[in-house]
Amino acid sequence: MSDYQLNSKLFDKDVLQEPIRLGFGRGLKTAGIKNKNVVALCADLTESTQVHLFAEEFPDRFIQVGIAEQNLVTVASGLAAVGKIPFASSYAAFNPGRNWEQIKTTIALNDQPVKIVASHAGVGVGPDGATHQMLEDIALMRVMPNMIVIVPGDSIEAEKATLAIAENNKPSYIRLARPKTPVFSTVDSPFEIGKAYVLRDGHDISLFGTGIMTYQLLSAANILAEKGISAEVVHVPTIKPLDNDTILYSARKTGRVATAEEAQVNGGLGGAIAEILSENLPTPLIRIGLNDRYGESGEPNELFDFFGLTGEHIAKKIEEFVKNKSQYHREY
Amino acid sequence: MGIKLTVPQLKHKANILREDIITMLENAGSGHTAGSLDLADIVAALYFNVMNIDPKNPGWADRDIFLLGNGHTVPVQYAAMAEAGYFEKSELQTLRKLGSRLQGHPERTKLPGLENTSGPLGSGLSQAAGMAYAFQYLDDVKHRFVYVVMGDGELDEGNVWEAAMFAGKYKLSQLIAIIDRNNIQIDGNTEDVMPLEDLRGKWESFGWHVIEIDGHNIESIIDATSIARAITNRPSVIIAHTIPGKGVDFMEYDYKWHGVAPNSDQAKEALQKLHTLDGKINVGDSVR
Repeated sequence: MSDYQLNSKLFDKDVLQEPIRLGFGRGLKTAGIKNKNVVALCADLTESTQVHLFAEEFPDRFIQVGIAEQNLVTVASGLAAVGKIPFASSYAAFNPGRNWEQIKTTIALNDQPVKIVASHAGVGVGPDGATHQMLEDIALMRVMPNMIVIVPGDSIEAEKATLAIAENNKPSYIRLARPKTPVFSTVDSPFEIGKAYVLRDGHDISLFGTGIMTYQLLSAANILAEKGISAEVVHVPTIKPLDNDTILYSARKTGRVATAEEAQVNGGLGGAIAEILSENLPTPLIRIGLNDRYGESGEPNELFDFFGLTGEHIAKKIEEFVKNKSQYHREY
Repeated sequence: MGIKLTVPQLKHKANILREDIITMLENAGSGHTAGSLDLADIVAALYFNVMNIDPKNPGWADRDIFLLGNGHTVPVQYAAMAEAGYFEKSELQTLRKLGSRLQGHPERTKLPGLENTSGPLGSGLSQAAGMAYAFQYLDDVKHRFVYVVMGDGELDEGNVWEAAMFAGKYKLSQLIAIIDRNNIQIDGNTEDVMPLEDLRGKWESFGWHVIEIDGHNIESIIDATSIARAITNRPSVIIAHTIPGKGVDFMEYDYKWHGVAPNSDQAKEALQKLHTLDGKINVGDSVR
């Protein structure tokens, strides 16, 4: 049974909505207060990435590198080598989009505890269009040995995740979104690197979501319940290491699986869950996200609708899927 | 702390490094000969005179730092580390072999004493800049210096110039870059592949103090690093003019030796050449 404490106003009209990146900004400032070795670097996007909250508090521990993402992460590697805990922030499109090799060689292979902060990931960037809507980053980062990959679901969780990676002494990646999104967790909700959380129990299908898509899955589960479909919702904020036990337990229980992410499903959370299912427990699977295509300009809500990433769209897909696929491996 | 050899001793040491490079590469059957050989005088001067290091305590908190940007020349660093006592010399012959701590390109996590992981070019300078930034601005440590060696072909990489701008902006005076200006890269001469000149002008315009030296003249190398440490308002770059393959006449100046290891006949001949040159190398008495 899920004992995860959800925001009690989750489905109210006045539910708290905040950008996930803001939670990071708050967490970074707190991490800076807790540990003087925490330093922040930014590539000319200090306010967009919310690093200004840290920079204003600790101007002497903030390093502006200009529009130079290769330098951003390699300078961070050097800082980590002499005992600092650097948070290297930019937009996901450039960091890790531009500087992946530098991250691999000088941070992951070199095992330096640099924190790669990728803001403005996903189609939620909106009108800026496909060049700035980073969708491939989950795939790029989770394939990298030594790298921790975290996609927080809301601002509160982003704050906790930021504090957690400030202390984990490992190369780490954190993916943030630009728009305001509903806060589904509470300050008392658990967050631990490597753990997935069952937010809602169900027995017809397991819905695994990461980032802002977890909220959409909770909405979808409400709609599905009205149609007599019992969906289990599992939040997967850590993509690597993946919480195989929680994922397989739920899949074994429900016998059907759906994944949802604001990213390419190939290589993303969908890819990751497809891998562990086919190796351990082949289960009918539907992957929701961007499927081998780029985004485009539009308002975030328009894009979510267009790409089928809203609770309503997801519920429709799941309903169809549940009708057409019988359950495998149902043991509980 | 640190090792302090005299100039004649350093010349002899550089020759030992060259001999080790030849035998290591011959045993490995692959690797980068020309750049490894031409850096021998610079690396000998750094490890055995210039840097404050303690080979028995590679993590010593007050040590200077040596980074190799062009990681493919790591045989010269391994040879110097073994000579200095970081590990047994016999281990040199494991270079590039399965299970060895001496990877084809340097990996920090494998071998104590290595300060970074490199190979893909262009990221050494920025890592050095991060370290120098921490010393200068975050830790108020004035006595530690970061030496980073780069190949000249490496300067084609954009990351280098991002770092050059960064170091110039923050006036990272504890950062000392050394460019191995041997004029070759894999596809040919640097000025044909992608011209670098006016190299001095480029670095000066980025706010660096530039020193040009004969990279085979041990005294010049030591003097240049002294000047660089004395410059307290800018980063320094030493453009060290070198002869690729230095010390082995049939390898010198030939870009084809950039990425090739000698076979056993070539290695034997190379070692003979080096024996006759022991203690004599500088540009003035090049065998060519």
